Amino acid sequence: MIVNRLKKIYVALIFILLYAPILTLIVLSFNASKTRAKWGGFTIKWYLSLFQNEQIMTALSTTLIIAFVSALIATVIGTAASIGIFSMKKGWRTFYLGVTNIPMLNADIVTGISFMLLYIAIGASFGFPTVLLAHITFNIPYVILSVMPKLKQVNYSTYEAALDLGASPVYAFFKVIFPEILSGVASGFLLSFTMSLDDFIITHFTKGPGFDTLSTKIYTEVKKGIKPEMYALSTLLFLSVLILLFLVNKTPRKEKKQIIKE
Amino acid sequence: MKNNRRLLATPYFFWAAAFIIIPLGMVFYYGLTDKSGALSFSNISAIASPENWKALMLSLLLSLISTLICLLLAYPLALILCNLHVNQSSFIVLIFILPMWMNFLLRTLAWQTLLEKTGVINSILKFLHLPVMDIINTPYAIILGMVYNFLPFMVLPLFNVLSKIDRNVVNAARDLGANSFQTFVKIIFPLSLPGVISGITMVFVPALTTFVISDLLGGSKILLIGNVIEQEFKQASNWHAGSGLSLVLMIFIIISMIITEKYDKDGGVIS
Repeated sequence: MIVNRLKKIYVALIFILLYAPILTLIVLSFNASKTRAKWGGFTIKWYLSLFQNEQIMTALSTTLIIAFVSALIATVIGTAASIGIFSMKKGWRTFYLGVTNIPMLNADIVTGISFMLLYIAIGASFGFPTVLLAHITFNIPYVILSVMPKLKQVNYSTYEAALDLGASPVYAFFKVIFPEILSGVASGFLLSFTMSLDDFIITHFTKGPGFDTLSTKIYTEVKKGIKPEMYALSTLLFLSVLILLFLVNKTPRKEKKQIIKE
Repeated sequence: MKNNRRLLATPYFFWAAAFIIIPLGMVFYYGLTDKSGALSFSNISAIASPENWKALMLSLLLSLISTLICLLLAYPLALILCNLHVNQSSFIVLIFILPMWMNFLLRTLAWQTLLEKTGVINSILKFLHLPVMDIINTPYAIILGMVYNFLPFMVLPLFNVLSKIDRNVVNAARDLGANSFQTFVKIIFPLSLPGVISGITMVFVPALTTFVISDLLGGSKILLIGNVIEQEFKQASNWHAGSGLSLVLMIFIIISMIITEKYDKDGGVIS
């Protein structure tokens, strides 16, 4: 009994550690005082002024566009690459997976500066395309590592059966294999989207002046003092994801129940 | 047919060559040449200068301590989570990924509010008549920031490995008379070693190379090697010196990559 209680307390303490800063930010978003240090009473004015703040809104849309486009392109390239790598012989496969591990295991700062040096060498102007290319690159490994395990589980006899029954390889792929790896593709996309959204270091080295994502905007604001609208925005983002996850987790169970009833 | 399928990896081949291999080659090129383009080791030997050496040693010390703390905190947690018999393991993974949806910089910054002299934690401590902590802008705050930010990277691989251990093996050990301590030392820990190793690399590398956490929680006085490199690139525009120091950092990164590769036979960090 005591051991069980201790275990629960331990898990609770770790969760407090993980979620205390998030709670702090949510509380700060309702703080009427402009400084972090003082509680000036409850207000929702930051939520209202947030939508009038053009700089923050631009940074938000840039961040979301980069996250979405980079995750989408990475998912396409990564899924195709996974299927290719999966049908390779061992030597090539090891080579590809080794290269894929480089951006995952390498330090972000080294990845960031390596991109910066590449762009300097070819004389690219720093901005949206440079950041996007970097994000696609660090997202592809997450897609490959989500899709590969699913490919191992696919039953290839069904695919061959489809071919025997006259389906074209492309048609058979989309009808037989793709549905089976879809969950891996989806989690690869979501993981990429999240990583791109949360990235600061690589964006910091690949962005140019006047171009900001939310992360880099916050970083420049740190020295001057963070605008409270930022807290409001991150609270909104966090809560919308929370609600979304809640809904996603709820639906399948209902469906299952319906199936059982039928 | 198989040949056709292999071609699907071609776009990725060119992408990886252009954006993974060549950029890394650029770091080597800049790190090993001087401004005139001649071969030079001065950028690398710059690590021996007192300030750079101090930054490197401090980074190594702080990242080793935080990695150890992460391991000690995460291992019991992963064990407990495995024994909860939660069949939705994806739920547990979600709980650790969820904080990432609140911006990393803001989350770290929130610790300032919590740790400050008159911050939230000290107010609670005062209320309980406990001695107050004064750790903001010290290396302790940086360690806390590292542990906070990188703990999920330790928990997830450990949880993955531990939840795959066959319960029958554990039960067999118990049937044969091993007590819980022996079972842990002889069975559970050795079987979880791949998770431990990948957890250690996943925490050690970002902790060693961070410049943001030290920037936000260490005041601007404490310089880690990441801060030195960042300043060389973004403020001094001295790409050769910055690349040279990065090459030194890469020695540590490559060592941990080799160790991971050896233990992590599945060939991927996420499994």
